[in-house]
Amino acid sequence: MSESVIIAEVNKGSVAAVTAELVSAALALGTTPTVVVPCTDASVADGAGYEGSSKTIAVKGDCFTNYDAASWAAAIDAAAPSGIIIAAASPQSKDVAARVAARRGISIVQDVVAINGNNLTSPIYSGKAMQTVALSGDSAISVRANVFPAAASSAANVSVVDQSGDVATAVQEIIARASTRLDVSEANIIISGGRGMGSPDNFSHLEKIADTLGAAVGASRAAVDTWDEIPHSMQVGQTGKTVNPNLYIAVGISGAIQHLAGMRSSKYIVAVNKDADAPIFAHADYGIVATWEETLPVLESAFSSMMA
Amino acid sequence: MPNIIVLVKRVPDTNARIVVSGERVDLSAVKWVISPYDEFAIEAALQHKEAAGGTVTALTLGPSDADKVLKDAKAIGVDEIVRVWNDSWSELDSNAIQSALAQAIAGLGAEMVYCGKTAADTGAGSTGPGVAERLGWASVSNITEASFDGGTIVTAPVEGGSARVSVSGNAVISCDKGNMKVRKPNVKGIMMAKRAQVSVVSADAPASTVTIVSQTPPPAKPAGKKFEGSSSAEEVARLLRDEANVI
Repeated sequence: MSESVIIAEVNKGSVAAVTAELVSAALALGTTPTVVVPCTDASVADGAGYEGSSKTIAVKGDCFTNYDAASWAAAIDAAAPSGIIIAAASPQSKDVAARVAARRGISIVQDVVAINGNNLTSPIYSGKAMQTVALSGDSAISVRANVFPAAASSAANVSVVDQSGDVATAVQEIIARASTRLDVSEANIIISGGRGMGSPDNFSHLEKIADTLGAAVGASRAAVDTWDEIPHSMQVGQTGKTVNPNLYIAVGISGAIQHLAGMRSSKYIVAVNKDADAPIFAHADYGIVATWEETLPVLESAFSSMMA
Repeated sequence: MPNIIVLVKRVPDTNARIVVSGERVDLSAVKWVISPYDEFAIEAALQHKEAAGGTVTALTLGPSDADKVLKDAKAIGVDEIVRVWNDSWSELDSNAIQSALAQAIAGLGAEMVYCGKTAADTGAGSTGPGVAERLGWASVSNITEASFDGGTIVTAPVEGGSARVSVSGNAVISCDKGNMKVRKPNVKGIMMAKRAQVSVVSADAPASTVTIVSQTPPPAKPAGKKFEGSSSAEEVARLLRDEANVI
């Protein structure tokens, strides 16, 4: 079996769950992965043992204090063995994987959603088509979350490599998000509102459900363009964020192709819209034809009793 | 005074319907435009020039079909327009594209490169960081703001918020929409663009190791369940827990 290298996804100081999915992707490629954990404290890597992976390398370096693409790529490249490089398709990991690939003079295939032997499938044209490519030789790939099953955990066989890189940029300040709520790009459940919400104030009804479920609140482009109070950072769609959550609840969103492009690969989609002919219903696993004013309180109380 | 390059790519209009025929997308009927995020890169490059002087060159990779997006960039206000191409190229993978662009950028003597965070066709976002690595430069991706008073400071998303990052040396900056408002071409710009000459440069590209097998329509989703009336929300919540297992 040939070798591969997984760049672990680290969030809030611990190895994120998607890393276990990357192990399954490595196995689907017929490779045995080494999990590489970029960190400032090697104990982070203790949680990065998986059935099917041969070893775990904690790459410990000062450069990992803040994100700096150049130094991260240099340190990871120096510490990682050769083989196919596998990362999560998060904005940061796609970025660092692209640099590691370029450093090694190999190609990269981003946003993989299926692996069949050496053939990899990714969405193109924002999901309006799918493209399958064949790899010959080592490449880097990034894999979307919620596509592959999570590999089972096992005790990690961690070796620590002290390896930093020259930091090329200087962080002046970190501006914490005003809201404590999750960003749509980080959430497993997203509830989004469109222009059908009538006013930006009505997004508070979505926030209430989001708080109950631990979800993020998103918005359609129409809502972002119409109301200054709804920031672009909430926008899901072709010119906003592409999301891939377990559950996406679209409220008062008609389902423009622009919006579908950003959320159509969500595992389950719920649509709430008073217009029975809204295009969003063609993509919904569960559609509710009703006004949001009537529907959201019912959803909220049902979810509340489930979460209690 | 900085020699600034902005990378632009010709892509189908994002409102275009993508037709698949014979396992390849058929783009013969689409309208072609500058990839939307590249417009924010053009804006950032022009603001950089306005603050620090220098020149802005728009660079694309492609056959002569791609001249139109260069002229569109010229109409918006870039100074020079350059296309890199080699007639031996057909389907290039990311390694080949980044190598060719890096050679062209080095050949033009640039110190700063702006690009869109992703192109509207592949959505990959590999070109900015990949080109930076090949040039040995810094990179900051997905920026939402840029300021050029006393050095280049950009705002980029980080876990839990955003970071203001200062960039001192040569760098590739990829741009998100953020708070940037793009300028539109004026009549004078459009007239100048008509007369502008595209400089064509050549480069070498390594053989591609990633080859396209097929392009297909997205998988059709099985028909969902549709309910009438708000009281069904309780049933949907139950299904999300018991059938979909996502709550």
